[in-house]
Parts: sequence; structure tokens; C-alpha cells
Amino acid sequence: MAEYHEAPANATPAQKLLNWVDNRFPLSKLYNEHVGEYYAPKNFNFWYIFGSLAMLVLVIQIVTGIFLVMNYKPDAAKAFESVEYIMRDVPGGWLIRYMHSTGASAFFIVVYLHMFRGLLYGSYRKPRELVWIFGCGIFLCLMAEAFMGYLLPWGQMSYWGAQVIINLFAAVPFIGNDLSLLIRGDFVVGDATLNRFFSFHVIAVPLVLLGLVAAHIIALHEVGSNNPDGVEIKAKKNAQGIPLDGIPFHPYYTVHDIFGVSVFLMIFSAVLFFAPEGGGYFLEYNNFIEANPLKTPAHIAPVWYFTPFYSMLRATTDVMVNILAGLLALGAVLGIVRGGFGAMGKIALAIAAIVAVALLKTFDAKFWGVVVMGGAVIILFFLPWLDRSLTKSIRYRPDWHKYFYGVFVFFFLVLGYLGSQPPSATGNIISQVGTLVYFGFFLLMPWWSRIGTFKPVPERVTFAAH
Amino acid sequence: MKKFVLSLLLACGLVAGASANEGGYAWDKFPVEKMNDVAALQNGAKLFVNYCLNCHSANYMRYNRMKDIGLSDDEIKKNLLFATDKVGDTMKVSLDPKQAKEWLGAPPPDLSVISRSRSDISKGSGADYLYTYLRTYYRDDTKATGWNNMAFPDVAMPNVLWELQGQRAPKFVEEKDHHDPSKTVHRFDGFTQLTPGKLDEQGYNSAVADLVAYLQWVGEPAQGKRMQIGVWVLIFLSVLTLFTWRLNAAYWKDVK
Repeated sequence: MAEYHEAPANATPAQKLLNWVDNRFPLSKLYNEHVGEYYAPKNFNFWYIFGSLAMLVLVIQIVTGIFLVMNYKPDAAKAFESVEYIMRDVPGGWLIRYMHSTGASAFFIVVYLHMFRGLLYGSYRKPRELVWIFGCGIFLCLMAEAFMGYLLPWGQMSYWGAQVIINLFAAVPFIGNDLSLLIRGDFVVGDATLNRFFSFHVIAVPLVLLGLVAAHIIALHEVGSNNPDGVEIKAKKNAQGIPLDGIPFHPYYTVHDIFGVSVFLMIFSAVLFFAPEGGGYFLEYNNFIEANPLKTPAHIAPVWYFTPFYSMLRATTDVMVNILAGLLALGAVLGIVRGGFGAMGKIALAIAAIVAVALLKTFDAKFWGVVVMGGAVIILFFLPWLDRSLTKSIRYRPDWHKYFYGVFVFFFLVLGYLGSQPPSATGNIISQVGTLVYFGFFLLMPWWSRIGTFKPVPERVTFAAH
Repeated sequence: MKKFVLSLLLACGLVAGASANEGGYAWDKFPVEKMNDVAALQNGAKLFVNYCLNCHSANYMRYNRMKDIGLSDDEIKKNLLFATDKVGDTMKVSLDPKQAKEWLGAPPPDLSVISRSRSDISKGSGADYLYTYLRTYYRDDTKATGWNNMAFPDVAMPNVLWELQGQRAPKFVEEKDHHDPSKTVHRFDGFTQLTPGKLDEQGYNSAVADLVAYLQWVGEPAQGKRMQIGVWVLIFLSVLTLFTWRLNAAYWKDVK
């Protein structure tokens, strides 16, 4: 509860008005905490632009979305036609639609880079665990938002993509069929599915998303931003209590971000105006054919931003399940022999491993594929506790850690590529290796991230004046 | 950082190299300069209305949108309006899809966005496909319609442009397989003209290019305007970027 302050007698009308508001709403306080007196490290580099850009794309998506909903018809008989109506007869409709479709891909590009930044500089480490967890929640919402939004144009890929993914839920033991029926609202993807996805896409998920974005930023501004050196700037303050390596967000990072935004908008506009289909990756060609429940396309590929996870799903065959069971048994044996557990611990570990292997062999590989695909996203939530490296930033980690990150990114990209291609025997083996690399990178992190010779972390951030 | 970027580039190179070429008849390149040729687009519209619009609709396309390719309402009414008397109508056909399926084996698809839907990441644009498809019909007596197609084998549609193109037969040569000398490959080696058409080969190619240009335009009537606006947007953003870059530098020069 704030004290009531009288405005000074010689205050201007504007100051009086601000004083009036401040006595009733913490306007100046909010501005100072989040902008004017929010001290950010001065050594941000290129990677630190993507948070602001994600915010910008979110606004683009919401604003264009509002205008699309004015002309779109969530009706299986009219949806495809209404999109073409927007593209042809609505004044400026093509621009709004392309902004929204290009924005979807841009959102994922920006968010993937934003997350990778976190990975590089250990931005999820103590005390920023909640910033990271809210962020993972945003990523999850974004995936749901993109998946449901993709059904709305009601093209062949919309329809069959949704069909394939919803059918995955049917692989869940015992409740699978009822669960997929609940999601679809019908026995096949149809009008009911389109209506509920529309509702989720325009109301439910965006509400959660906005709440998480607010939480993400509040948590970030509470603990302060990390930086490429992984040095806590709050540790060194001047007499006024201002971090020596911090600078006010406004004006320094506002002008910085405006510059970043203008460069981003150039790239965004180049795609939007000259290649809105993104070479068939942003708008899939098959999606210009209206959904036909009787005609399955020869090759169903999800949009590019889902393909790494889709690859992992496809990689989980019976053979892969056997490999996973083998690895699990090996891990359990290693744990029992080398883990330093007591007798009870060893027995518990052995029983847990036997149960896990039995479960792996009991349920269908398809179900484990779903678990792998979901697990690939869920595992990100645990990153703050998986990483045990002595330094936050990659700059002061052993050099071979960088190669590790390189291998991880390489396989993530390869998984993404393979997920967009029709299945093949070689591709499948490569994606199985990729899946193991992806999970190995995270699950073995508590072990490998501690190994090697770390470099000394400086007291202050490294910064060369411009 | 540099190592990281390098390994990424390497990754992209490997991935691009791994993408194998898919089989089937290779697509010819559609002459894209036709898109800027108003006379070609208008000729394409005429061919479309005369040869396609009897069976194929373009349900999302309004007749009067052809203003964008330089035709007035009166010109459209006089020359292109056969199925309706309102220029604000969309290009519908009266053909019943059920009957069409009975007669032809498949209902003729709507052509509003056909050029966009037929693109293939590994083979070319939808216009390339249409340009190839409409030029590779040949006589095949084993088919119900008497026609077959190189780009679309066992196609249901007969060659409706045959009076322009004439009738042709394919030539095949038997060749030794490079990979397995014990086998022979049945390789396509061009067409032979059986009967002449109204147009010679060059004239026919040009006419098909006009028609495909029109279909490409119908796929997204705003595309010309899109690119026109795009140039201005990029010019504006370049200037803006210049200013924001200097603005940023002006503030940051004080940060020590």
C-alpha cells in the first residue's frame, strides 16, 4: 500500500495529472521497474534481440488475427473458400493473411533462436529457473497455437496433418480412443474439430500465452537479465545501488531494439512480399487443395517447425524401443555398480529398471513414439537442473563443450529436414541416431557438463565501447 | 562462434546434398516474363474461357477482377462472359460434379489456386508443371479417352487443346541401363507429330505459356501489387534501418 503524495504547489498540469494517477495506480513505479530504471547488462550481443522480436511477432499475430477472424468462417463447408475470399475480395486481406502466415514461421524462428541463446549462456541457471520454465510453457502454447491454427485454412495438409496428430492420442493405453474422440469431437476430423480448434486458437490458448508472457517478463525483471559472460551484474554496484555493468533499458536498449526490429522487418517483409510461400515450407503447396476426407495425400508432412519432433516420433520403431530398453538396462547396471547407492537403493533401481523395460515392451511402439515426441519438449523444462556446468556461459566452458553444442544443433537440423521428407530406411536410421543424440545431450548433461577444464570467469562483464 | 556458424553451414550443405531427385518426367521452365505481359495474360484469359471454363470452374475468381489485367467491364461482358451475365459473378460452371465423375472418372478440379497447389519443392513451380503438362499430351489407344500425358500419366482429361496442338505420338528408345547392363530402359525420346494443329510448335508453346500465365495470375490476383508494394516497403525499411542504426550508435557512444 503506497502513501498518498500531494503534488508540489509549483507542479505543471502534466505533473499534477501523473501524481493523480500515481496515487491510484502504480504507473511511474511500473515504468521505472520495467523500463526507465531496469538495469540490463551492457554487454548484450546479437543473440539478445530475439526476446524483443518474439514480443513484436506476438503483437503482429494478435493484431492480424483479429482482422482475419472478421472475415474467416470456421465452417468445414466454407473455411477454405473464406480464406480465398480474404486473399481476393477483402481489401488488403492478402497482406493481413500473409503477415499472419509468415508471422507463424517467423515466431518459431525467433523463439528457437531465443531458446538457443538461453542454452548458450546458461540463462536458465539459478536464479532464473522460473524465467526458463515460463518460457518453456510459452513454447508449448505456441506449438498448440500453431497446430490448431494450421487446421483453419482447411486445406489437405491442414486436414491430414490434424488427422495424423490427433490419431497419435489414440495410442495412449486404455483411454486413447476416448481421448482422441474428445479432441476431435467426432469420429473423423470434421466441422466439430474445426470449430473447437478455432475456439482454442483465437481465445483459449492466446489467453494462456499472454499470461505466461507476462509471468516470463515479471520473473525476468525480478532477477535481472543474464548476459553473454554469465556474470551477475548485481554483485558489483555503485554507491547509488546501481549495477556498475548495468545500463537503463530505456533509452539504451530501446534504441538498440528499434534497430534490431528494423532489420528484422526487412527480412520479414522480403519474405512476405516476395516469397510468402517460403518455398513451400511456410505455406505448404498441398494446402491449396481443399480438405478431402476421402483422399489421403501420398506424403503428409507437418510444417517445418514441427519436423524435428515429428522425426523423433517416426524414429521410434520396434527396433528403437528395443534399443531404448537396452540403454535403460545398461544405465541401471551402471547405476547399481558405480552409482554408490546402498543395498536398498540398488534394489529399488533394479526394480524400477525392470518395470520400465517391461512397460516398454508391453505397449505399442507408436505410444512410445508419442512419449518420445512429447518428452523431447518436456525435457526442456528440466534443463536448469540438468546443467551442472561450473560456468553459466559457453564462453568459459571447455572448448569441446562447443563441439557438443554443434553436434546437438546439427542433429536437430537434420531431424528437422528428415521430418519434412517421406520416410526412408536410411533416413529412419539417421533420425534414430538423431533422437538418441537429442536425448543423450540432455539426459547425460548432469555428467558431461561438469567435465573438462573451465576457464576463469571475469569479475566484470567484457565490453568494448562502440 | 565462428566454428559454430561453420558447422551449421556444413550441416545445411550435407542436408541439401542428401535430398535426392524424385522420379517422373522433368518439368520444363515456364517463361516467367509472361507474367508482366498484359497481352499474354489477356490471351490466356481468352483461352481459359474458351477451353477450360466449360468443365473447370474458378469458383473464387470474379470476372471483373480481370480489370487488373487491363480489361474493362464492357470488354469482359462482350468477349468473356458466357456462363452468366453479371461481371461481379465468380467463374462457376454448370457441370454437375457427380455426372462429371461418371463421364470422366474424376470431377474436374477447380482451377482458382491450381497453379499454387501443383508446385513441388524438388521439381519446380506450379506454373512449370502446368506448362509441361499442357504440352505433353500424346495419343494412346489403350486409354478410354484416347489420350495420355507424360507429366500426368493416366490423366482423366483428354487433350482439349488438340486442335491447336495437333496429335502426337511419343518415341521411346530401348537403352542399356547404366547401373545394370543386363537390363534395358524404356527411355522417352521426344514426340512425333501425327496430324498438324492450327498452331506450329512455337505458337502452341506460346499459347500454353499465355494460358499458364493467366492461371498463375488467377492463383493470386494480388501478386503483382504485392511485389510492387514490397519494393516500396523495402526501400522505406532500408532508410529506416539506416536511421535507427545511427540513432543506436549515437546513444551507445557514451557507454563506456
